[in-house]
Amino acid sequence: MRPTLYDLISKNKRKTFLFIIVTSLFLGALGYVVIRILDWGTVGYIGFAFFIIIYNVVLYYNSDKIAISATGSVPADPDEFRMLHNVVEEVSIAAGIPKPKVYITPSPGPNAFATGRNPQKASLAVTTGLLEIMNRQELQGVIAHEIAHIRNYDILLMTVVAAIGGLIILLRDFFLYSTFWGGRRRSSRKSGGQAALILLVVGLILAIIAPLFVALIRAAISRQREYLADASGAYITRYPQGLAQALAKLRDAHKPLKRASQSNAHLFIASPFGKDRTNAVGLFSTHPPLDLRIERLNKLVI
Amino acid sequence: MIILLILIIVLVVAFIAIYNGLVVKRTRVENGWAQIDVQLKRRYDLIPNLVETVKGYAAHEKEVFEKVAELRSRAMGATSPKESAEANNILTATLKSLFAVAENYPQLKANENFLKLQEELTATENKISFARQFYNDVVMDYNATIQKFPQTIVASMFSFKSREFFEAPAEERETVPKVKF
Repeated sequence: MRPTLYDLISKNKRKTFLFIIVTSLFLGALGYVVIRILDWGTVGYIGFAFFIIIYNVVLYYNSDKIAISATGSVPADPDEFRMLHNVVEEVSIAAGIPKPKVYITPSPGPNAFATGRNPQKASLAVTTGLLEIMNRQELQGVIAHEIAHIRNYDILLMTVVAAIGGLIILLRDFFLYSTFWGGRRRSSRKSGGQAALILLVVGLILAIIAPLFVALIRAAISRQREYLADASGAYITRYPQGLAQALAKLRDAHKPLKRASQSNAHLFIASPFGKDRTNAVGLFSTHPPLDLRIERLNKLVI
Repeated sequence: MIILLILIIVLVVAFIAIYNGLVVKRTRVENGWAQIDVQLKRRYDLIPNLVETVKGYAAHEKEVFEKVAELRSRAMGATSPKESAEANNILTATLKSLFAVAENYPQLKANENFLKLQEELTATENKISFARQFYNDVVMDYNATIQKFPQTIVASMFSFKSREFFEAPAEERETVPKVKF
């Protein structure tokens, strides 16, 4: 039996949830080990938790501004880009969310991204290269994908994932630094040498695998959310072919985006580095191969 | 005694939760309808402009103009969702034939004003059909909820009535290609 949209969506949600749990546990374990080794005690734990919250809140409130300015996007003129504004409004009506702010990214590489912490404060941007090659229906498909990201709260999710990832790396650096350069006072004080040694070894192992783990988790969540945005985008317009045709055009375009970075790659409809034009599912790629996405869209039962 | 008290509190809380849930869903239905209404009105406003522009190039196609004008006022006068849906579906079909007429006049097709109106009308048609899709989704959800137990008890106490769908024309029900003039 072919999967329906609801199946796909609920499966995706379960996977994402699982990923978040695993990442949080990993972060917790690393935090525990580091604080134990450094002997910070309760104050350490509270401080650590407090830091996580502040860090997330700041990122969360500024994610849209950061993404818009990092890509050099400018507000789209309502007269000059009449059709784009119309299409965004149409799809917003279909999705039942307010119309997001519309931006243009001056770049020949066809791409689009959405940002903003909730549907009420969302923005989306398309590149000039995208507008050149897409017809109205394909543009509608692309916009539906972006609006699906907004409605599924993917920006919030990816911000949290990125924040957790950043913290893991930060903790690791802190751990490595203090073990090798500043951790002397601890060894002279305590007697439980064996337990401390085990902790140290565990800490070292965690430190080594941490960046790999972070990259893997981020990429895996991002790929799941791309599939989900394709499926819910198709559900919003009830016309998967529009998005499928648009993805095929993106596949054939071969133009990477200049001002994209690893930190915002997951926001785009297609990988801004052009990595997703190959056929293999890379463990570290933020986007599934376009061919695979097109195939899944064509299989959907609306 | 305490058990009875707890039971009453639980019941009251559940009652309030159900009632509020129903109100939220009913509001969604009303918003959905308002959204359709806004887009229908927008189309009513665009039509005279369009007819004027086409007339400038194809004055003798009177039949189509008259039909569009008549259907427009009929759709504007509709009172129930069902009536409005029927009238507007015919209006959509007639507008398609108006654009088919325009195909025969190359000068008209190159007219900038006409092209703008064409884009606006395409957008409005899409908005209407998306708004209808959204409205029907929330109506389905609302109608299903007020029939479920225990919501049905609260629904009948406060006369939450089931709502009419805004029906799509038969040809659009199967696949959903958005209107393209």
